[in-house]
Amino acid sequence: METVLHFDLDHGLRTFRLSVALEIGAETVALVGPSGAGKSSILRAVAGLLRPERGVVRYGAETWLDTARGVDLPPERRRVGLVFQEYALFPHLDVLGNVAFGATDRRVVPELLERLRIGSLARARPSEISGGERQRVAIARALAREPDVLLLDEPLSALDAHTRVAVRAELHEFLADLRMPTLLVTHDFEDAATLADRVGVLVEGRILQLGSPEELVASPSNSFVASFTGANLLVGSAVAGRDGLTEVVLENGAGSLWSTAAATGRVAVAVYPWEVSLSRKAPDDSAVNHLRAPVASLVPLGNRVRVRVGPITAEVTASSAARLGLREGEVVVASFKATGARLLPLDA
Amino acid sequence: MRATPFGVGLVAATALSLGFLLLPIVAIFTELSLTELRDGLTSDVARDALRVTAETNLVAMALIIAFGTPTAYLLATRRFRGRALLVTVVELPLVLPPAVAGIGLLAAFGRLGLLGGTFETLGVEIAFTKIAVILAVTFVASPFYVRTAVAAFESVDSDLVAASRTLGAGPGRTFARVALPLASGGLGAGAALAFARGLGEFGATIMFAGSLQGVTQTLSLAVYQEFDVAFANALAIGALLVVASALVLLTAKLIPVWRRFSTSTSTTVSAPSVSR
Repeated sequence: METVLHFDLDHGLRTFRLSVALEIGAETVALVGPSGAGKSSILRAVAGLLRPERGVVRYGAETWLDTARGVDLPPERRRVGLVFQEYALFPHLDVLGNVAFGATDRRVVPELLERLRIGSLARARPSEISGGERQRVAIARALAREPDVLLLDEPLSALDAHTRVAVRAELHEFLADLRMPTLLVTHDFEDAATLADRVGVLVEGRILQLGSPEELVASPSNSFVASFTGANLLVGSAVAGRDGLTEVVLENGAGSLWSTAAATGRVAVAVYPWEVSLSRKAPDDSAVNHLRAPVASLVPLGNRVRVRVGPITAEVTASSAARLGLREGEVVVASFKATGARLLPLDA
Repeated sequence: MRATPFGVGLVAATALSLGFLLLPIVAIFTELSLTELRDGLTSDVARDALRVTAETNLVAMALIIAFGTPTAYLLATRRFRGRALLVTVVELPLVLPPAVAGIGLLAAFGRLGLLGGTFETLGVEIAFTKIAVILAVTFVASPFYVRTAVAAFESVDSDLVAASRTLGAGPGRTFARVALPLASGGLGAGAALAFARGLGEFGATIMFAGSLQGVTQTLSLAVYQEFDVAFANALAIGALLVVASALVLLTAKLIPVWRRFSTSTSTTVSAPSVSR
């Protein structure tokens, strides 16, 4: 039987209340949200480093925290592996000393060093190894304790952009093989989508939406989730229009957009950059939404280019950008289909 | 750079201050011939004083470290109401005139003092014994250690302590394996400062322990006793104290530097094995 981590926390933070309940089986769940959304507090409460005002933390049949019954196990009695944001490796111990620090059985240490490819660094101090290596040491150290639950606090934020992508792919594979309840927090949706089976968007202490990364992108529940998953948001008021479509009259007189979704009143039109195509003049195809505006910026991303056109961002292949001869300041037409224009309630 | 009147003033004031501070120390050595130094240091008074100083200061340092370390850890890691007041109590001996410390110790532990009766029934006499020297030194020197130790424990990254706890180490093991080793540089520096203060202790000791040769007469007290009997002996003992104090101060300054240096050396030494 799969053992489940369950927690339900309620705790007052500086400007809002943290109120989060979650069940995690043998899977990786990511909580993603802007900094200051209460992500680290959740991890600390599960690990026993922060005592919430009210809450329950259970692993299988074990109760780690139940404020109503006065149960609050100290961190050393919860079988939790916590990987800190800056890794928190002990500077006075070498890699071996760090990994062996909490080992329940010293025989697992050499095997862990090999598994995380840090065997050759056993005698190095944390200050002498790279960021990616430090992360692997921190993970090995957490696992040496043979925890029931793994918690990772912003596992990629301490890395430079260059190593980040490689480490992310590695970490994804590693976590997928782990088969234990794993909770990670990050401010980056792409990191969350790569690493986790389920992603929860956390804003001001509450999970706005929880689902697979694909679900969040396909049907974000509100404009915040949409913008967090990378969508363009255009605000306007929706009215029933011709052909059963909804017409959204954009604010500040930028024209109208059309959507197949039904809505009335003030809404946000969410459209993902990869659903937007660019052309020199309005194309005669199935896309009904066209925005004419000058190119504000061009940012190459490997084989893609992110192009800012007026109020929206389009993502096109590098070869298309070259074929169109896109240059800053030139007027182009950004087009997307009415079926790609999601209509979302604006945040209250 | 053009010499401004302000710059000239700064340099002049600094030169005057340093000259004033160094002159008495230089004078001790220039007023003393090598023979006088040797005779002074081998005199009975000096030998007895050195022995008393060593014995009492070692015990006092052991007490300061044994009780001051946990006190400092508590003050550094807990936040509670009245903490500032406790810190003030710990620091009080720093500003208390030593004579007041001496009279206070006498009022507390003297035969007619607050706890005098208690100790008398136990058959322990404190005032004017070696125990009195130890208590006087402990009283005046402890804040030098505890203050530095609180700062050293406060500078230990709280994430490291948290990491230790999540790795299964209880508060005691976390203290021994994480906080203590990481604070050790600061603790060493604090101990050296306290030791230097203890070596120079005079006022509280003479009031509470007297100046009995071979029993309570420390090096500082011997300087005072000898200066109108045998001035050269007083100078010789003074020279010894100058050297000892300078060594202790240098140790206190070098411990943090040396620790940083030793870690950076190990970096260069093991770097090749890392790249392999």
